[in-house]
Amino acid sequence: MGSSLDQFAAFSPEGAWTVAEVTRRARAVVEGGLPPVWVKGEISGFKAYGSGHWYFALRDRVAQLRCVMWSRDNQRMPAAPADGMQVFAFGTPTVWEERGEFRLTVRHVLSTEAGGLWQVAFEKAKAALTRDGLLDPARKRPVPPFPRRIAVVTSPDGAAFRDIVAVLERRWPCVDVVLVPTRVQGDGAEREVCTALALLARLPRLDVAIVGRGGGSKEDLWTFNSERVARAVAAVPVPVISAVGHETDVTLCDLVADVRAPTPSAAAAAATPDRDELGHRLDRLSRVLARALTAPTRHAGERIERAGDRIAAAMARQLDRSRARLSESGARLDALSPLRVLERGYAVARDESGAVLRRVAQFAPGMGFRLRVHDGEIAARAGGGS
Amino acid sequence: MTEASAPGGFAQDLDRLEEIVRRLEAEELDLDEALRLFEEGVQRLRAARERLGAAELRVRQVIADQAGKLRLEDLDR
Repeated sequence: MGSSLDQFAAFSPEGAWTVAEVTRRARAVVEGGLPPVWVKGEISGFKAYGSGHWYFALRDRVAQLRCVMWSRDNQRMPAAPADGMQVFAFGTPTVWEERGEFRLTVRHVLSTEAGGLWQVAFEKAKAALTRDGLLDPARKRPVPPFPRRIAVVTSPDGAAFRDIVAVLERRWPCVDVVLVPTRVQGDGAEREVCTALALLARLPRLDVAIVGRGGGSKEDLWTFNSERVARAVAAVPVPVISAVGHETDVTLCDLVADVRAPTPSAAAAAATPDRDELGHRLDRLSRVLARALTAPTRHAGERIERAGDRIAAAMARQLDRSRARLSESGARLDALSPLRVLERGYAVARDESGAVLRRVAQFAPGMGFRLRVHDGEIAARAGGGS
Repeated sequence: MTEASAPGGFAQDLDRLEEIVRRLEAEELDLDEALRLFEEGVQRLRAARERLGAAELRVRQVIADQAGKLRLEDLDR
């Protein structure tokens, strides 16, 4: 027996470890040596207690790992996992001292089905972005209604750019389009997209930016699920419209952007008003404007007409009054006419020169004079001197 | 501040037009004021129409040179 263990070396009343000490030290070793990890395995012996905590094991062909997931963590799960399900579990390896049991305190569980690993990365980045407030709806900026300059961050060769240009041409051709070319998939695409997005801050008079690409596989779209790209989108100084892939693909880039469009064409439409529609709106305004002026002018016209009517009426009244006065005067004039007096049988005597003879003394015996009666004049002679 | 929100922009023309129409319709204006508003409305309408009409999409590409300076280059389509 060469190196036999000196099993009694540490044995003394002071040297023996208590159970609590050993388990506490074991816990410190485990927690100090193993960082929080994602563990892949099959769920086994799942049990949800009345307290809300979940207990289960993760196992593979070789080993198994006891797990607990506290209710405060499992409340965020869309559903409880079932036995036999393949999952990724994120947790902290530890030792449960009470039971002397090595186990994983699970914080998050994801199904491996439907790209669980992608999902893990996605959720991780999303959690970081959420923590920093980048997914806060209050951050969303409105897109300006009538943009003059639009930047497009995408591949110069892709269908996405062609689609965007076609839509802009139709809807809002009075805009200046600036392509910021970048690769959108493959090695280095993430860095290139970030560089292109950072460059937007240096474009003068930019109103809105579109970032995106056409449809592709999950791997192809992955660039737009990168946390770095998402942060670069959040840092763009103008509103960003994101359009990555097809309707069903929602990327981190979409979540951070101010507007998420289902396709690149839809992004172009979201960035611009429709020229035809606006033309109709102007037509309507023009008609309303023309009609709106008729009210004040009609009003003024009516006032003029009313004033005219009043003037005419006043004039008519004035005329009537004058006419009445005139005929009254005429009547009075008429009454005073000497002819009227003659009509009643009087006569006027005048000498040859036309002077009216009013007194007896004016008549010399035998003097000729003229006598004016109602219907004419006769020659007369005064009788012999009496 | 972007150009679109600069004074004299399309949005301003449209907003002002709608205000003019509203005032013409709602308020008891004297004829001088109504005519003044109407004239301004017609001018703004014309400006907005011109902006809509005078339009051919301009597409350019950003090129960064070695020194990192940016320039815009027309893009063949």
